[in-house]
Amino acid sequence: MRTLTYAQALNETLHQLIEDDERVILIGQGVNSPWYVGTTTKGLLDRFGEERLIDTPISENAVTGIAVGYAIAGMRPILEHPRMDFMYLAMDQIANHAANWYFMFGGRVNVPLTIWGIINRGGEQAAQHSQALHSLFTHIPGLKVVMPSTPYDAKGLLVAAVRDDNPVLFVDDRWLYEIEGDVPEKLFTVPIGKASVIREGTDVSVIANSYMVHVALKAAQTISDEISVEVIDLRSLKPLDTDLLFESVRKTKRAVVADASWKTCGISAEISSLLSENLFGSLKAPIKRVALPDIPAPAGTVLEKAYYPDAKTIISSIKEIL
Amino acid sequence: MIADGFCGPIGKESAEGIPGHLLKQVYRTMLRIRLFEERVASLVEAKEIKTPCHLYIGQEAVAAGVCAVLEKSDFVYSTHRSHGHYIAKGGDLKSLMAEIFCRSTGCSGGYGGSMHICSPDIGLPGSSAIVGGTIPLAVGTALAFARRGEKSVSCAFFGDGAATEGVMFESLNFAKLRDLPVIFVCENNFYSTHMHISKIQSNSEIYKRAQAFDIPADRIDGNNAVDVYKAAKEAVDRARGGGGPTFIECLTYRWRGHVGPNWDIEEGIRSKEEVDWWVENCALGRMEELLSDMGLLHDKEEKQMRHRVEEEVETALLFAKKSPPPETHDLCGKAFKQEE
Repeated sequence: MRTLTYAQALNETLHQLIEDDERVILIGQGVNSPWYVGTTTKGLLDRFGEERLIDTPISENAVTGIAVGYAIAGMRPILEHPRMDFMYLAMDQIANHAANWYFMFGGRVNVPLTIWGIINRGGEQAAQHSQALHSLFTHIPGLKVVMPSTPYDAKGLLVAAVRDDNPVLFVDDRWLYEIEGDVPEKLFTVPIGKASVIREGTDVSVIANSYMVHVALKAAQTISDEISVEVIDLRSLKPLDTDLLFESVRKTKRAVVADASWKTCGISAEISSLLSENLFGSLKAPIKRVALPDIPAPAGTVLEKAYYPDAKTIISSIKEIL
Repeated sequence: MIADGFCGPIGKESAEGIPGHLLKQVYRTMLRIRLFEERVASLVEAKEIKTPCHLYIGQEAVAAGVCAVLEKSDFVYSTHRSHGHYIAKGGDLKSLMAEIFCRSTGCSGGYGGSMHICSPDIGLPGSSAIVGGTIPLAVGTALAFARRGEKSVSCAFFGDGAATEGVMFESLNFAKLRDLPVIFVCENNFYSTHMHISKIQSNSEIYKRAQAFDIPADRIDGNNAVDVYKAAKEAVDRARGGGGPTFIECLTYRWRGHVGPNWDIEEGIRSKEEVDWWVENCALGRMEELLSDMGLLHDKEEKQMRHRVEEEVETALLFAKKSPPPETHDLCGKAFKQEE
């Protein structure tokens, strides 16, 4: 199998999806600008033209609504938001419209929309260009949320999102773009709602998503001589693969949830609750959460280091419960 | 008084060139909306209907005039004040009444209520209770039509209240940039819930906002069904011919309060004189007078038509009341469409 970076996998998948299905377009702010989306859209404009690569005015809410209306008409748009922060401007169209539509009309009209939201942390970009809002969107009924951590899953989940009949939020992180991995050339899908065991272990389960999967793997490797860490990659936040999570924690009897969004009411809180509700009798220690403190993202590099959890944070959490 | 120059009899000469059967069809649509809504008003008063109903009484000429130009394959997006658009686009009264009663046989399966009605088979993919919310949806659907090379058009109905929403401006800009086949129909009934337009809009000539985006736009007498029809025809012809969007500001008036059957007079929101003026300039009455003047509709025929519509409304009501509520056992499985 070939090795691709995460960004290359996204680029190849976009080429193939637009080629494969006449209904697919890519629409959003900066879809034709490397400044916004890195190399992920390289070559698309030359190949498919402005009809299918729609770089938009700065009108997040209307452009989101336009993608929703496009999907309602039976098409398969991929809507890109280059910084998740900007998605706040489109909350009405995402939450009130896209997510509610199918249910609100008794299943008569569906919205096959993929929303690609990019987390753009670090680089001293501060509070309005760094936000990871996946937990917030997972709170909303009617919206599926996926967060691939590997090039393989990036391809498989993007294809699954576009082929899904519902609105799916596909979240990636610029910090993942240079990560390499094996990726099949042909289009394939990774099922939405399935987590994976990315490293087997017996002493503790570290449940992570997106970039934090790689941080968790580094932590697991660092302490592998003394502690056997199982790393779970969530891949989908909604639907959540509770079966796999429960199976792992029943085995290890200890869990650390690592997520780079806010701790307060975040996905780490949800998973921790689910484990407590369902596996209380099996647990040998309290569940620990590694997540962002309840403050906005700071700018300076020194402050960023203090703000974002790293492998050391995960290791100390593991050691607290062993 | 309120809209000088936008009242009085509809001149016969203005209807020249429009086939008589079409004028009668527009009248019949208006009558169906009026009688349906009056019945709903009485049911709300009797507390038989619980879902909040934003009645369309008084504004019938807008929906009827615009939809008379549209084909089934054209899409319209509606608002919280949805009943009139649904009926004008050709929706079934039984399914509408059942939805207002939140029954399983409703057009949205009892999941939407009065504000969320749909009938995808006739080109009504939904109505939103978020003011201005469907304006970009209509633009997106127009983008799909254009992309597929179809001649269909997409139409957004919205009120004057939506004209202060940022999303309207964003949508107008995008629609004109790509010259999309979309018709923006602003029903200016002078009130955003309880607020008169003069208190909340620095310039109440709404159509000028669309002109600022180089979109052909005009203000018309929205209670003159002939004027509405002609403006819509011009807009739809333009859109089908690749000429891009049009914005039509229709001056009209909702007789009843923002929601429910009251008249908003007792609450001190507006004067009795104002309401009376508009009731006297009733859109339905003006259209009836025109048809009578033109010899297209005689008293007897009008009475028969009215009787048939009344029967249709009663049949719809019986159907709704007999229908069961939605099942609750699978409620939690309804948020997502499952794979087929």
